[in-house]
Parts: sequence; C-alpha cells; structure tokens
Amino acid sequence: MTNVLEVRDLGINFGGLRAVDGLNLDIEENQLYGLIGPNGAGKTTVFNMLTGVYEPTDGTIKLNGQLLNGKKAHEIARLGISRTFQNIRLFKDMTVLENVLISLDTQADYGLFTGILKLPKFHAQEKAMEEEAMSLLSVFHLEGDAHKLAKNLPYGKQRELEIVRALGTHPKLLLLDEPAAGMNPQETQELMDTIETVRKQFNIAVLLIEHDMKLVMGICEKITVLNYGTMLACGTPDEIKSNPDVIKAYLGE
Amino acid sequence: MKKNDFKKQLLIDFVSIAAGYVLMRVLFAAGIINTYWQGIVLNICINVILTVSLNMTSGFLGELALGHAGFMAAGAYASAFFSKTLKLLPVIEFPAALLIGGLTAMLLGFIVSLPALRLRGDYLAIITLAFGEIVRNLLKNMDIVGGTKGYSGIPAYTTFTWAYLMAVICVLATRSLINSRQGRSIISVREDEIAAEASGVNTNTYKFLAFVFSAFFAGVAGALYAHYMRFLQPGVFTLDKSIEILVMVVLGGMGSIRGSVISSVILTVLPELLRSMSDYRMLAYSVVLIMMMLSKHSETVQAALEKVKGMFGRGRKEEVHS
Repeated sequence: MTNVLEVRDLGINFGGLRAVDGLNLDIEENQLYGLIGPNGAGKTTVFNMLTGVYEPTDGTIKLNGQLLNGKKAHEIARLGISRTFQNIRLFKDMTVLENVLISLDTQADYGLFTGILKLPKFHAQEKAMEEEAMSLLSVFHLEGDAHKLAKNLPYGKQRELEIVRALGTHPKLLLLDEPAAGMNPQETQELMDTIETVRKQFNIAVLLIEHDMKLVMGICEKITVLNYGTMLACGTPDEIKSNPDVIKAYLGE
Repeated sequence: MKKNDFKKQLLIDFVSIAAGYVLMRVLFAAGIINTYWQGIVLNICINVILTVSLNMTSGFLGELALGHAGFMAAGAYASAFFSKTLKLLPVIEFPAALLIGGLTAMLLGFIVSLPALRLRGDYLAIITLAFGEIVRNLLKNMDIVGGTKGYSGIPAYTTFTWAYLMAVICVLATRSLINSRQGRSIISVREDEIAAEASGVNTNTYKFLAFVFSAFFAGVAGALYAHYMRFLQPGVFTLDKSIEILVMVVLGGMGSIRGSVISSVILTVLPELLRSMSDYRMLAYSVVLIMMMLSKHSETVQAALEKVKGMFGRGRKEEVHS
C-alpha cells in the first residue's frame, strides 16, 4: 500500500503560540483515518494546514509524493484534498445542485466567451456536469432536493450536501471535520454507513475529526490522538482505547 | 439549463427585444414621446447599463463598490477624446469610440482590482471611493480634455438605437455570464469565500473578472453619455453619481438583473415627474425613495410581484439569478 498523504514534523506558530508541533501522519490509499483529541488540541488547525488555509511554519505535507507547502487552497483542492467544515459552510443562497456544480467546475474547462455566447461546448459540458452532480447527490438521496436553496435544507441534509460538494472535486483524500456534530444516534449511524459507502464507491482515503467516540472507534482503521498540538498516540482503535496517556488526557488522573 | 429551454428563451428574448425597440420607435415617430422624453429614454438606457454592470460587483460578487462613476468618467473622456481627435466615418468611429471607452475603463478596473483582491467589505468600499475621486481630480487637472472648464465639441453620435443596443448587449452578456460556470464561481465568492476556495475556485481570478467586466460596461455607458451630452465636466462624476447608481442596484435587488433594469427605469423617470415641485424636488425624491424601499418588502407588494412573475411563467431558478 502506498501513502496518499505524508505529513512530516508539521508545526505552526500563531505569534508566540505553538498550536501544532511535530505532527507526523501517514494515510494509506482508501484508509479511514481518525484524528481525535480534546477541545483546542489543534485538530482543525491541522485541517487548515492540509487544505492551504494556513501556511505551516515548518514541516512538509506531501500528497502522492507531491509537496503541497506554499500552495493556495484552491490549488490543493484541485490536486485532490477536499474538505467539509466544522460549522457548515454552504453556498446558502444557491440551489443544492449549484452547490455541487461549483466544485464540479474543476472538471469543466470551457472559456469565458464560450460561456457568454453559449457555444455548443458550453451545453455539452454543462449537461455532463449536471448529470454527474445528480448522480453524486443520489448517493446521499438528495436528488429530490436538487432545486431547493441550500439554506432551506434541514441540518442533517446540509451536512450531507457538504460532503457531496467535497466529492465534486474528485478528491483522493477527503477531510471531514466533525461530520456527526449535532446529529442524533440514528443519524450518526446512517452517516457512518454513508462514509463507508463513499470510501468504497469513490476509492478515496478519509481523514475524520470527530468527538463521537462510538463513531471513531467503530469505523476508523487507524487513529492519531492530538493533545496541546502534539501527537499523543497513534495506532488502531484498540491500541488507542488501552493507551494510558490517552485515558489520562481525556479523563484526567 | 436544458437545451430546449435555452432555445425557447432565446426566442422569447429576441421577440421581446425587437418588440421593445419597434414600440419605442413607433412612439417616437407618432410624437407620443416628445423630444424631451426621448432624451430621458436615452438616459434610461445609459442608467440600465450602469446599474446592471454595478450589480456584477455589488450584487453578484458581493463587494460594495463606490467608484462606478470613476469608470464611467474614464470611458466618457477616453471615447470623447478619441472621436474628437480622429476624423473617421461616424459608422466606424462611434463603435470604435464605445469600445475605447469600455477598454479604458476596463484597464482602470484591472488596476483597482489589484488592491481589491486583498481587501474586503468596508476597506474595499474606501478604496473604490478613493479611486473615483482620483479619476475625477485627475480629469480636473488635465488641460488636454478641458480641465475644470469642461470638454466640449464632442460629436453627437449617440442615438436611441445605439443606446438601446448597448443596454441590450449589457443585460444579455451579464445574464449569460451569470448562467455559466464563471458566473457561478463569482456568486460562490459572495456566498462563502473560504468554502469557494476549498471547492477549487480561484477566488482572485473571479473577483478580477467581475471587476473588469463591470468596469468595461461602465466605460461603455460613459461613452454613450459623452456622445449624447456632447459636453463633459469632471463635476458630473462625483461620489453622488456612484451612490445614485448604487441606490438603483439596491432598490432593484442585489443580484437581480431584472430588478436593476426596472429600478433604473423608475429612478430615471421619477425625478422628471417631480420636476413640477421645483425647489422641493430632491426632498420629494428622497421621500418617495424611502417609501419604495419600505414597501418593497411588504407582503402586498411581494404578492403582486409574484403574480406578475407567475404570468410570465418564470421558474424558481430564474428568480434567484436573473
């Protein structure tokens, strides 16, 4: 198995604060990887560095051997890392379909004048994009809501739409930031199933931040625990569960 | 958009544009619209271009731009200078002058977009405001175009046909751009810049595109204005003018092309209708404006608007973006 993502000695300073320090991550193809840790441990900061929102102070990030340091967020998205957000960030006043079309834009290449003059290439590509968008939406049974405005969807569906949108860029690695936040146990169970389906169907690796331990321990193959920006432990769910350092960080002594 | 819908839309557009043109021509010829009001119709066309083009930056891209009069001034002066200096056949010279006006404004749009790519919200508003003032003050001190005395002797090329044609091109191009992948990306920047970047949208490219597109048409509007008034003065292109256009955009609705067209018609005609009030004209104008803004969101007015939209059988998707 080759590594999709290789992170070495990743660190970032915010002024005098060392938010993340010396982080190593190896994610294999098609692996479901969990990133957990107490509040403020730096999990989302790691996501922001991986997706180019923050520039790491030191260390390297490699996607399929290609160095991502210094690349802009939209370049990284096009190279194959896609994400969802902890607090949902949809294009609220656009339709569900349009939300997905935005990220499918990476698959189209017609120019400005082809678009304005509505030349045949425009129609061909728009049709292909729309068909792909609908088939992506149908994975989450959202095809019936395609022409609703994103803001009018119920909370659970908004979370799912974010995942659909993230899939639109044809990622090799999908980062999910607390996908189960605010969901009830039944919705969480459905989400777990969907994540599994997505991973198999699209053959992508998934890196997951989650507080719901049942979800993390249930589906992740490997887990890294962060605490105060440093790596506390790394291993399979069973190893993590029995690791004394992790128990100490979560429960105290 | 499905291909059949697209063809149907194309036909509807063509018929309504032609019908609008013929109707105005007939009304002109029959003397129902007198020469004075013909001038106002021309002004409406120019204001439609200004409003729709400002809507591109303020409505679709979602950035508050206060320098639209600056782009208009640049287009007006550049085109006027071009057609006064060169003595070509009007048939060739005027389209060229319009293009020159648009391109000059576009160049300035490019320059303004450089800082604009780094700034947001209030700061961008200040930058664009300052830009408008810079253009106006530069023109004031350029003797080659008359300085404060004004620039006169510009050939009277602007006719109703030209103004109508340009307004139609502006509206169609804007709508068409918005309904393409580029337009979607512009709107995504307004909706959520971080999410847009994470979805692979190069937000800088699309901000730049919106600014340059908007500036181009403001320049064309300026060129039409110059060859209609035949006299230019820097004092016309003040912040007041930018605000006036912004008011039209806001009244018509941010991100609504149809709304922009309707509000520029209303707000161009309104001051003329209030002319009988002489000294109190602008006071009455403000009062009417406030009343219109308030009533825009009232349920009765909304219901009436929905009815009108229903009559034309417009779908939900269209209401959002055109």
